[in-house]
Amino acid sequence: MARKLPKADVVLVGVGWTGGIIASELTKKGLKVVGLERGKERKTEDYFMVHDELRYALRYDLFQDLSKETITFRGNERIRALPMRQYGSFLLGDGLGGSGVHWNGQTYRFLPYDFEIRSKTIEKYGQNKIPAEMSIQDWGITYDQLEPYYDKFEKTCGISGEENPHPGAGKRSDKFPTPPMKKSPAIKMFETAAKNLKLNPYMMPSANLSESYKNPDGISRAACQYCGYCERFGCEYGAKADPVVTVIPVAKKTGNFEIRTHSHVRRILHTGNKATGVLYVDTTTGEEIEQPADIVVLTSYVFNNVRLLLMSDLGRPYDPATGTGVIGKNYAYQVMKGNAVGFFNDKEFSTFAGAGSLGIVLDDYNGDNFDHSNLGFIHGGSISLTQTGLRPIQNNPVPKGTPAWGKEFKQQSLKYANRFLSVGGQGSSMPFKHHYLDLDPTYKDAFGDPLIRITFDFEDQDRNLAVFLAEKSAQILKEMGANHIDSLKELGPYDITTYQSTHNTGGVIMGADPSTSAVNNYLQMWDVDNLFVVGAANFAHNSGYNPTGTVGALAYRCAEGIDKYRQTGGQVV
Amino acid sequence: MAEENKEKQETLSRRRFLRNTGFTVGGLAVGGILGSLVPRGKDDNKNNPPAPQDQDFNQALMYFTPEQFRITEAATERIFPEDDNGPGAKALGVAYFIDHQLAGDWGFNARDYMQSPFFPGEKVQGYQGRLKRRDIFDIGLRELQNYSNTVGKKNFEELSGDEQDKILKDFEEDKVNLTTLSPSGFFQLLRSATLEGVYSDPLYGGNKNMDGWKMRNYPGSQMAYAEIIEKDFQKIKPQSLQSHMKH
Repeated sequence: MARKLPKADVVLVGVGWTGGIIASELTKKGLKVVGLERGKERKTEDYFMVHDELRYALRYDLFQDLSKETITFRGNERIRALPMRQYGSFLLGDGLGGSGVHWNGQTYRFLPYDFEIRSKTIEKYGQNKIPAEMSIQDWGITYDQLEPYYDKFEKTCGISGEENPHPGAGKRSDKFPTPPMKKSPAIKMFETAAKNLKLNPYMMPSANLSESYKNPDGISRAACQYCGYCERFGCEYGAKADPVVTVIPVAKKTGNFEIRTHSHVRRILHTGNKATGVLYVDTTTGEEIEQPADIVVLTSYVFNNVRLLLMSDLGRPYDPATGTGVIGKNYAYQVMKGNAVGFFNDKEFSTFAGAGSLGIVLDDYNGDNFDHSNLGFIHGGSISLTQTGLRPIQNNPVPKGTPAWGKEFKQQSLKYANRFLSVGGQGSSMPFKHHYLDLDPTYKDAFGDPLIRITFDFEDQDRNLAVFLAEKSAQILKEMGANHIDSLKELGPYDITTYQSTHNTGGVIMGADPSTSAVNNYLQMWDVDNLFVVGAANFAHNSGYNPTGTVGALAYRCAEGIDKYRQTGGQVV
Repeated sequence: MAEENKEKQETLSRRRFLRNTGFTVGGLAVGGILGSLVPRGKDDNKNNPPAPQDQDFNQALMYFTPEQFRITEAATERIFPEDDNGPGAKALGVAYFIDHQLAGDWGFNARDYMQSPFFPGEKVQGYQGRLKRRDIFDIGLRELQNYSNTVGKKNFEELSGDEQDKILKDFEEDKVNLTTLSPSGFFQLLRSATLEGVYSDPLYGGNKNMDGWKMRNYPGSQMAYAEIIEKDFQKIKPQSLQSHMKH
């Protein structure tokens, strides 16, 4: 029998970006919030020895321990899903701050097109442009409606950037809080080449601060030092915006936020269509504890948000055979392999230096910013050159045809170690009826609960898009003067073993219609008024950008929705 | 010019960086790790004296048998051989690195999902075996030795470099018939572990004297590149994580 604690106003499942934002907003309004985090506490001091590629990048120090919980995967329903036994395609966050600790900080706004993708695609190209199995839908919110929340998140982080020159980008109500980051020689080369090609490059919006900054909550942070250890690492300067150095201290300072680490939530408790709290395990003692609350908010990663709903028997599970139901629907990812590598014989670059979101990017081939009439795909992707810090174990590219080991490999990999640049597309990912999340029938986590199962593969849409983006990337590298260029020629099947991006999306999608979406545009469950679910799980598809900017915006929107609900009850839309 | 640059770069030390930036933001002291990095009155003009070359206590075995160690040393040297650029895997201590890694979490697959049932899967589903990395090395090295004795009539470490390459290539291309594990899977594990040993921080036993980094002008762990990020390529004298312990 679980020990029952006194009731809280709000209980959060997971304390990363979304949990931290909601905690900071609600505690400022006087609500008592309990944050349950299954990992450990994290703080800036932890990263004293962070410039350790082996420990953090190859041994996954900051990530979820897969021996306790992983996911299962299959390319389609005809084959058996098997567990992801080791890391590859994406890296699951763990501990206070979650994935927000080990991200690169590339912080975009999605395009106006994204939020009305179905209507706008049909309007311009007709119904037949959308393949029968492609389940894109409008998000139930417009860019303009979400804009104030983007602005708020950017100000919390102090995003460094400059106006996106492409007319397809959404309007901004205010400029970036801090100027763009410094331009390296490689970035300048990309800029010149892209302009020569009549494209519209701009500096990547960055959560690594270009200068010291004090945010509206009064949090001060130092400028980025370009040390080259962001993605997979925590920031030893606090220069990279993460929840631990921004929103969590704000919530704590109110005295209304209680964080409990090592607290693994197993079920959302409910009576009828009202959530009553959560059941969790204190993993340090094994004790089962019940935390009652007036409002429950799921703020963990995509997979756990979906898994908790399904395990708790909340919401209508998605059925791929009929296309009905919503929990697990529209799982999407990112098409990351459409890229090109350029080798330079006579030029060396200090690519060991960098920052997670130091880069230059263009949107000429993103969204519907270009004509798709004669193309075998919709949407597109951003194309960028980033200088995130090339660490030596993971970066040993050699021109195609070079052996992968031995004398020649050594010679060539040393020669090109500081003489190659990558230009790559970050392709959008469209949902399909047969791509979804559900509970695995066989494999269990350390508590005996089922793992989440991913059914996903690349489609013609993705294959065509990847090759298109690779060709455009190669053109830019050619203009930059690369002596030799290798670019993707064929995408191949989705492979869970090679790192692509931790941009998993969908499963609890937002919308205007309760029959086709799980949450309304305040991220409130249609079926359970006092249950909110927020994160990239709300994306009806994934755009050609990193997701965190939109995740942050949705979290601010959600906090407002919770406050509305507290005052009015019922559905807040 | 080059020499002058080099000297200038060396001043981009942690200490200099600390002094220049002062670590305050808008008059507010920035907390966190930075405060703890400020030198505490030590004489930091002296660079870290190199550890005595003849007394590396780290170079002893935690897991391998002497035979396994010899095979690993020979095989990794073929993957990353000594040449005009500098030392190979052997001189860099890669076999010690692998030995030490196998002795710990990585060797036990401690943070991998190792629950049954085990089924063979599609390639895109990743490793689905029940063997742990230390088992894979035990079996893989033994099979490498068996195959060398069958094909070359000698132990692997006694074959010529070219002969060793041929043996390794047969593993890489799955031309060896094994029932217990995938020859190419073992080879890929050996290859990736070799690169880890060449390029990880010397604290793990490989990349001896940071020579792996020096060969490719990788500066190791530096606190800041803010002053060079806009400039053309510069060589910077590498630093290991041990240098942080001085502060």
